[in-house]
Amino acid sequence: MSLYQVQKFLYELNRSPELQERYRADRAAPLAGFDLTEEEVLALVTPDIGKLFHLGVNGQILMHFAAFHQIEWTDYLQLMRDGIAEHGPVREGVYAIAGYEGVDDHSAGLGQRSETGIGRSDGGA
Amino acid sequence: MPLVHVSVCSHAPGITGRAHLADPAARDSLYDAFAGLRDRLEADRPDAVIVIAAEHFANFFMNNMPSFAIGMADRYEGPIEDPDWLGIARTDVPGDRDLSERLITEVMQTVDVSYAEEWKFDHGIMVPLHFLTPRFDVPVVPVNVNCQGPPLTPLHRALELGRALRRAADAVPERIALVATGGISHWPATPDSGRINEDWDRDFLDRWCRNDVPALLDYTDLDVYADAGQGGFEIRTFIAAAGAAEGSRGVVDLYLPIPIFAVGCTIARMELAAT
Repeated sequence: MSLYQVQKFLYELNRSPELQERYRADRAAPLAGFDLTEEEVLALVTPDIGKLFHLGVNGQILMHFAAFHQIEWTDYLQLMRDGIAEHGPVREGVYAIAGYEGVDDHSAGLGQRSETGIGRSDGGA
Repeated sequence: MPLVHVSVCSHAPGITGRAHLADPAARDSLYDAFAGLRDRLEADRPDAVIVIAAEHFANFFMNNMPSFAIGMADRYEGPIEDPDWLGIARTDVPGDRDLSERLITEVMQTVDVSYAEEWKFDHGIMVPLHFLTPRFDVPVVPVNVNCQGPPLTPLHRALELGRALRRAADAVPERIALVATGGISHWPATPDSGRINEDWDRDFLDRWCRNDVPALLDYTDLDVYADAGQGGFEIRTFIAAAGAAEGSRGVVDLYLPIPIFAVGCTIARMELAAT
């Protein structure tokens, strides 16, 4: 089990129409060739975008997986926020370099408001 | 012969894929600036375009991550992403295998690079080409710099790559243009998507326009990540362009933060000093 294995599966899924078809037919079957924990398998077959983000999957890989599952862009962003709220900070990978504190704390650190207003605690009002 | 064109531009997928969600005036300003750069590129009459991009786990992964990769094929295709998602139809893009090999051979004298005889372009290359060579009729030499999977290509090596590409272009008879893409501050595909550090971007562009090498190299990855997000790692491509245009100064045609595109949209070019 490892973040590397999770990301490797998603990397291969993103670039292979054939693997995409196999995954559509039976989501768990193509995962057999990867060294994954039950937690990781569950996140990949549900799919649980928030959990995958918490596990450390890079957004450049994760966004295509979300799109493949017909998840709209703003919903994808919200699912990642929900994942941090539910499971805690990003566990490892690039986003854990400086500790991912969550959007609000990060905002305070940068001294800037989010331009989009999405995900603000006041609902973007 | 000496490079005929050196420019930089944003490559965010939202620029084409989320165009309908942007403020129309902002989007049109960006598209107009891209059109202006396209006109300049066409006027510079390149025989081929080197595109230095930062890939996003499309062709290169941590199973074998090159610091630098250069394409060496007569054709490529793109986008590798869903065309509906990106807003760019799938198309063949011409390459020039022979030219690539000559350039790579010269670059290798000072910079160790990987080469790739197949490459499916992601948005880092397709978005710029969509605007700058919309007929996809100019051979492309794709160049990747690892800005995605730590440990990343060091900044000073990206500068050396730029110097090596310039030397390689000098050594061939073809008219070569060089376009570097990516950046600047952004937090791509994460909950912070849309956050832009305008002050940081403007400071970086100031260093780039002055082609101030010590200043361009004066960043740590930890500080870049904190101030400019993972997207800030892509300054490596702009630094390579500065290296390729060493001695020249730059001008920014457009810098416009467009949050739904996730970046401060940038169109800039080097005013190449006569050699």
